[in-house]
Amino acid sequence: MSKASALIELSEPPKPRTLTGTGRFDVLAVREDFPILRETVHGKPLVYLDNAATSQKPLSVIGAMNRFYLAECSNIHRGVHYLSEQATEAYEATRVKCQHLLNAADASEIIFVRGATEGINLVAATFGRRHVSAGDEVLITAMEHHSNIVPWQILCEEKGAHLRVAPMNERGELLLDEFEKLLTPRTRIAAFTHVSNALGTVNPVNQMVAMAHARGIPVLVDGAQAAPHIHADVRDLDCDFYVLSGHKIFAPTGIGILYGKRALLEAMPPYQGGGDMIRTVTFEKTTYAPLPHKFEAGTPNIAGTIGLGAAVDYVQQIGIAKIAAHEHDLLEYGTEVLSRISGLRIVGQAREKAAVLSFVVEGIHPHDLGTILDQEGIAVRTGHHCAQPVMDFYGIPATTRASLSFYNTREEIDALAAGIEKAKRMFA
Amino acid sequence: MAEMSSELQSLYQELVIDHSKRPRNFRKMEDSTLHADGYNPLCGDRVSIFLKMDGDKVADASFQGAGCAISTSSASLLTEALKGKTRAEAEAIFDNVHKLVTEGAAVDPAKLGKLAVFSGVSKYPARVKCASLAWHTMKAALEGGQKVSTE
Repeated sequence: MSKASALIELSEPPKPRTLTGTGRFDVLAVREDFPILRETVHGKPLVYLDNAATSQKPLSVIGAMNRFYLAECSNIHRGVHYLSEQATEAYEATRVKCQHLLNAADASEIIFVRGATEGINLVAATFGRRHVSAGDEVLITAMEHHSNIVPWQILCEEKGAHLRVAPMNERGELLLDEFEKLLTPRTRIAAFTHVSNALGTVNPVNQMVAMAHARGIPVLVDGAQAAPHIHADVRDLDCDFYVLSGHKIFAPTGIGILYGKRALLEAMPPYQGGGDMIRTVTFEKTTYAPLPHKFEAGTPNIAGTIGLGAAVDYVQQIGIAKIAAHEHDLLEYGTEVLSRISGLRIVGQAREKAAVLSFVVEGIHPHDLGTILDQEGIAVRTGHHCAQPVMDFYGIPATTRASLSFYNTREEIDALAAGIEKAKRMFA
Repeated sequence: MAEMSSELQSLYQELVIDHSKRPRNFRKMEDSTLHADGYNPLCGDRVSIFLKMDGDKVADASFQGAGCAISTSSASLLTEALKGKTRAEAEAIFDNVHKLVTEGAAVDPAKLGKLAVFSGVSKYPARVKCASLAWHTMKAALEGGQKVSTE
C-alpha cells in the first residue's frame, strides 16, 4: 500500500460508537470519538471545560477534512474535472445538511460564513445599511457577546442611529416587558442571543420574535451558544436571520452559517465582491449570482465546510435530545457541587439555562484560579468572556467559566471542584 | 503547600500571596506629582500608580486598582522598591524586572531583592502581562503620565 493511500485509509471516519441503537447515552463511548480527550496536560488527564469557547472535534470531522486534502482537494463551482465536481458536490451537500439542521425552507437560505461574528457583520453591513437611517433604533439585550454589540454600534455610528439595550435581572434573565417596551416605531431590527455565552441563560426567543414581528420588526438571533445544546428550528422560531459558528458544534474553526429568509436575502445588497458571487461582469456593470452564492465571494473554506457537514452528521446521529439530556444532568450536578463550595458564587442563575457555570470565588481572582486549575489539567475560561457589559452589570471584572459538553462527565466536575478547593487552600 | 507543583510554587510564592492579600501602599495619593493609569483589556486588570517626586527622587509611591494576585503583588512590591530611588534607578529597576518576567533572567539578578519573587512568571506566558502591568504604568508615570494598555 502506498503511503498516501495508507493515510487515506487512516482518515476514513470511524462510525460513531454511540450508534448502538440501544437508546442509552454512553458518555464513555462518546469520548472515544474525541481523541484529544485522551491527552494529558501537565501530566494530568485533560479535563476540557471550555466548550463555550470552542468544542473539540470528533474523528469523523477530522477524517473528512483529511480526506478532502489527501484525495479530493479542488476548487468548487469552476472546474469541469472530476475533483472539482466532487468538491462542489460535497460543499453543496453540507448546505443541505445545514438546511435540515435548522429546518430552513430552502438550502439557498443557508449562507456559509466564517462564523457567527461574520454572519452578524454581514447582516449589519447589508440589511442594516439599507434599512437603518438617522434617528432609527437597533435593539439588542444586556447579555450580548461583543460580536452582537459592536457590528450594530458601527452601523449606528455611521447612520446616526441609536443602539437600545433591553435589560436583565440579577439572575441573568431578560426583562421581557422591558424588551417589548423598547420595540418602537423607530426600531429597524432586533438582534439578540439565543443562549448567553457568559451566563448560560436561554432566552425566550419564540416570544421575543413574536413581539418584534407584531410590530413588523425583523429579528436576528445569535445562535452561537445555542447550536451545541438546543435544536433550533428557524421556521418554528420564525426568525429572519439566525447565525452560528461551526467550531462550537464540533466542526473546524473558520466556518459558520448565516440563515436568512429568502425574500430578505434576495433584497439585500451583496456583502463582499469577487469571484463566485457574480453572474456577469463588465467594466460598466456587474450582475450578481442568485442565492446563496451572492453572499459567498471568493474561494470559500471548502475543507471547513466539508468538516461542518461531518459535524452536523455526527450531532444528528447522536441526537440533540440525548445531548441536551446529558448536559442538563451535568449542569444540575455541577450547580450542586459548586454551590457546596464556601465563598463560591455562581454568576447567572437563570431558570432556563444551558450547560454553563460561570462563577467567582471570594479572595481568588479568576486568573489565578485559571492558572491553578490549568496545572491540574483543567481547561476553563477566565476573564470577561467577550461580554464586558455583562461583567459591568454584576460589578465584577471577570469570572471563571466552566462550559460543558456532552462528552464531559461527573468525574470531571468533581476534578474541577477539587481544583477550586486546592486554590482556596493556597490563598487561605 | 506540598501538593503544589514546583512551577506553580515558584509562581505563587508566599510573598506574592501575602502582597496580594495585604497590598502595601494601597491608596490614592492626593499630592502625587506623577500619575498614570494602566489597563489590561484582555483580563480587565486596572492599576493606577502615584509617585511623589522630590527633585530627582521618588519620595513616595502608591497604587490603586483591581487585579489578580500576580498583578496586585507586583504593584505592591513596586511601590516598596521605588521609594527613595532616583529616576534613573527606577528605570533600571524597570529594565531588570521587565527582563526577568519576559525572559526569566534579570539584567542584574543581585539587584532584584524581593522582586526576584517574580522569576517564575516567564514560564507562564499568559501571566507575563499581569506581572508587568504596574511596571509599564510606573514607566508611563515617570515619562509624564498617560493611559497605558498592555494589549
